This record gives sequence, structure tokens and C-alpha cells, in this order.
Amino acid sequence: MIEVQDLTKSYGSVTAVDHVSFTVNKGEILGFLGPNGAGKTTTMRILTGYMPATSGTARVAGFDVFRESMEVRRRIGYLPENPPLYPDMTVETYLDFVARIKNVPAERRPARIDDALRKTNLEDRRSELIKRLSRGYKQRVGIAQALVHDPDVIILDEPTVGLDPKQIIEVRNLIKGLAGNHTIILSTHILPEVSMTCDRVVIINKGKIAAVDTPQNLTSQLKGGQKIHIETEAPEKLLRDVLAQIPGASRVVIEPARAGSRQTVTVEAAQGNDIRSQVAAKIVEHGWPLFELHGVSLSLEDIFLELTTDDASHAQSSS
Amino acid sequence: MGSLYAIYRKEMGHYFVSPIAYIFIGLFLILTAFFFNVILSEVIKQSFQMEMQGMRFGAPSDFDVPAAVMRNFFGILSTLVLFFTPILTMSVYAEERKRGTMELLMTSPVSELEIVLGKYLASLSLFALMLLPTASYMIFMCLRSDPRPPWSMLAAGYAGVLLLGGSLLALGSFVSSLTENQLIAAVITFAASLFIWVLDIGRSTDSGGGAVLQYLSVIRHYEDFTRGVIDTSSLIYYASFIVLFVFLTVRSVDSMRWRRA
Ligand SMILES: Nc1ncnc2c1ncn2[C@@H]1O[C@H](COP(=O)(O)OP(=O)(O)OP(=O)(O)O)[C@@H](O)[C@H]1O
Ligand SMILES: [Mg+2]
Repeated sequence: MIEVQDLTKSYGSVTAVDHVSFTVNKGEILGFLGPNGAGKTTTMRILTGYMPATSGTARVAGFDVFRESMEVRRRIGYLPENPPLYPDMTVETYLDFVARIKNVPAERRPARIDDALRKTNLEDRRSELIKRLSRGYKQRVGIAQALVHDPDVIILDEPTVGLDPKQIIEVRNLIKGLAGNHTIILSTHILPEVSMTCDRVVIINKGKIAAVDTPQNLTSQLKGGQKIHIETEAPEKLLRDVLAQIPGASRVVIEPARAGSRQTVTVEAAQGNDIRSQVAAKIVEHGWPLFELHGVSLSLEDIFLELTTDDASHAQSSS
Repeated sequence: MGSLYAIYRKEMGHYFVSPIAYIFIGLFLILTAFFFNVILSEVIKQSFQMEMQGMRFGAPSDFDVPAAVMRNFFGILSTLVLFFTPILTMSVYAEERKRGTMELLMTSPVSELEIVLGKYLASLSLFALMLLPTASYMIFMCLRSDPRPPWSMLAAGYAGVLLLGGSLLALGSFVSSLTENQLIAAVITFAASLFIWVLDIGRSTDSGGGAVLQYLSVIRHYEDFTRGVIDTSSLIYYASFIVLFVFLTVRSVDSMRWRRA
């Protein structure tokens, strides 16, 4: 349904999107995951025809987003990063306006508006002025606006921003319910969101794709890999050297002792290496006390950090 | 077509749910009523003086009061238009960009021409609504005059104001599409309007260049209308002016995609 090939967008000297390629199948939910400034919004703006790419192509339902922009726009519902609302309109007149500019025929408009209001739980706010709504309600009007013309493709830029936890769950369920009939791309920084709602994930960082896979595969890809959590008392530099020398150990992060907590160490090991016994042996060998040692499997969160953070900054942050 | 109408409706709704339209119409009403009174009494005073002079020299005066009032009143109207149109158009695109709703319009199956025309026609409608009450003073005056001046004269005058206003609104919309800052948009529109206004100064020079400048001035053609003359060359002038700036606005809106948006 959506095919993106070598898409690149530069703002002057800044390359916001750098040779990005991916496809989304009909009825699928694709999650766009990346830190701030990764290029998620930029990619979505190109897909929706808001701005042209510097190079590369993108097709929606077989139409080129640039050359056949009108055809693409007819088929897309889009929630921009900032919900595009008219504060002086009521929710209902706003949705009516959007339905009109999305070419919904007059006889279908009331039913479509009701449907969008129902799906976003806005029925009791339909005659309220948008400017009087809270942030979360405004966000919901933004989502309703993207659904009102029942588009084939729905692109949502951070749809759950500003919603309360209950609403977040409702919006996720709404999105899941839309899949099948609609093809959906959503962006987020929230990892659980991706694992809960999406069929596939594109992890993007600094404009480049770091990984494309199902949330399950991404998690299991590094499942074999291991993270070992240790509490001990040892000179930091020596400890780091000793642990780093263990074959298979990939990264050592040491958090110094603080009031109320002991020195903690995290050692990461590559896939297929169980180094727990070796770590224990080394510590005992040096006569350091070993208070705790247990293995933790990597979560999606860790994988995300692994893929999107470079080593320099990672060494400073403890995980 | 449906989208153009949707945008037009939205703009009109925007004018009338906020105080904008009422303030504009009210202020315009007060100012024009005031000036109409001043002009009427001045002109009547003048006609008395003329009559006295006429009696003294034994020649009957042919001073046409309604025509003089109309000429003066339309003159004042044109000056008011110069001040009102920049304020009317300054937010047309600036606000849309600030709120991020431009992103909605530009990702909807709506052409730039539909966006621009919808907005332009809405501003023109509000302008016409502002003018409407002033027609009542004129009609009142004409009905009370003897001999009654031809209605065509009044119609020509209003056609002139609409065309003049329409031109400045087209100019103002274009300027508004260039900047996100409303104040800058208003100031530039005013300055640009003033500039094409005073091109008229070319009137005093008899050179060929002077004649060209004279043709380009917005106000020069307006004066024909206020004298009840509808000249084709003036119609062509205003029509081209409006078409040119609507076209430039379309290009400018289109280029927003290429600018950093
Ligand atoms: N209009 C613009 N002009 C110049 N640079 C821009 C513009 N918009 C975005 N950028 C730059 O492009 C890069 C990608 O931005 P983008 O908004 O696509 O990121 P994002 O993934 O959506 O981030 P976030 O999670 O914060 O929303 C950033 O480095 C940003 O500074
Ligand atoms: Mg973004």
C-alpha cells in the first residue's frame, strides 16, 4: 500500500531523512519509532504531500506522492504533530469542514461525522468550541479529523501525546480496530506503544533506518544476548578492566556506590554467551564481595537504546 | 468547487464568530456616517454660496449637489479603504500557518487555487458587507434630491469602490501569504497600496512615462467611476490587477511546500 524508496530530505545542510526505504502492506500497522529529531515527522510530511522530498520516491496506493499528490491526498487521513484545529469552531462544524474539503459527499457527511465522534469518544463534546477543550480532547479531535473521510491510509504523528492513561489505551484499541480496513503508520517515542499496537516497527535515528522488524523479532533478536546485573565493592577501573576481558562481554557500565545503594555493574554479553559463571569467578578471584548477580534479558527499550544511541553517550548513562 | 465553497464558508464563519466582522462593520459605519454628514453640510453650504454669487452676477447656478456629495464621499471611501484593507487581509494566511492548519489544507485534496480563491472571495464579501450600510445614505440623499441623480451614477461609484477594494484585498492577501507576522503583513500592504496610489503623481508630467504611471495608479481609474463613468480600460486594469495578485498568491502558497513550511 505504501512503498518508500531511498527517500531523502535535506533542510539546507541538515539531512533530516537519509535514504529511507520501507513498505507497508495493506491493512498493516507500522510503527515509526525514533528519538527526537529522528526524521519521523519529516517522513510523514513527505508521504502526505505536505512537502516534497529532496530525492527518492514514495508511493501510496500506487500513486506517486509528489506527481500524483491529489490522488494520494484523497486516500490519506493525517494527524500532524500539532493537531490542525480552528479554535473558534465547534467540534462538529470543524469535522464538517474537514469532511467537505476531503470530498465526502453531502449525504454521507452526517454519518461519517458521527462515526468519527464515536470512535474518538467525543460524542458529548460535539457542540463545544474547540478552544474550550483540554489538550487531550483537542488531540482526539485531531484524530477524529483524520478518520472522518474513512481514508484507506491513516498517518498519525504521535497520536497519544497529551492523553491520559485511560485514553491512551482507548486510542491504541481504536488504532488496532482500524487495522485491516485501513493501512496505518503511526509515530511515537513510546516503546510499549509499538509493541502493543504495531505489526511492524521501523526504528529510525538521525534520518537513517536502524531496524525494520516485528516487535517480537526485535525483542528476540537480542534475547540470546544477555545483560548481567551485579552488586559488589571493587576499585572501579580495575573492575572494568577485569570484566571487559571476559570473552563475550560487550559492554560494562559501572554505577558508583551511593548512600543506600551499593556499587552496581551491568555487563552485556553477545548472543549465545552465558558469562554469568565467569563473571562470578573473576570477582571471587580478586577477593571482592559479591552481593548480587542475576541475568536480565534485553527489553525492547534496551534494543531501542542500543540501536539509536552511540557508545560514547551510552557509557555515561546507566541502564 | 465544493472545497472552494467549504473554505469560503469557513472564512466567513471565522469573521463572524469572532468580533472581527462586527468591529469592522461598526467602525466603518461610524466613520462613513460622520464623513457623510460633514460632506453633505459642506456641499450644501458651498451650493448656497454659489447661488448667492450666481444671483449677484445674474447667471443661474448649475451646481449639482448630489453629484458633488457623491464625488467627495467616494473620495473619502477610497481613503478609508486604503486603511481598512491591510487590516482585513493581514491574518488571512499568517493565522493559518501559525495554527498549523495550513498543514491540513495542504494535505487535503484541495488545490491552491481553491484555497486562495475561497479566502479571497470571503474577504471581498466582508468588504461588500462593510460598504452596504453606506449605500443607504446615498440612496436616501438621491431620493430627496430634485432632480434625482441617475441610479447608474451610484452604481458606478459602488462598482468603483468594490474594484478598488478588491484590488487592494488581492494585494494584501498576497503579502499575507509571504510572512507569518501579521503586523509586518499589514504594514507592507499599506505601504504597497500607498505606493500604487501615489503613482498618480505622474499625472502632472506630460511625458510618456507619466501617462504609463498614471494608468498604473489604482486611484486614477477610480475617479472615473465616481463621476459615473465606467470605462473599459479601467475595468481591464482592475481585473488584471486582481487576477495578477490572485495568481501570485497561488504561487506563493504553492511555494510554501518548498520553503521550510
Ligand atoms: N522546517 C525545518 N527546517 C529545518 N530543519 C528542520 C525542519 N523541520 C525539521 N528539521 C530538522 O530535521 C530533523 C528531523 O526532524 P523531524 O521533525 O522530522 O523529527 P522527529 O523524528 O519528528 O522528531 P520528534 O520526535 O521530536 O517529533 C531535525 O534535525 C530537525 O531539526
Ligand atoms: Mg515529530
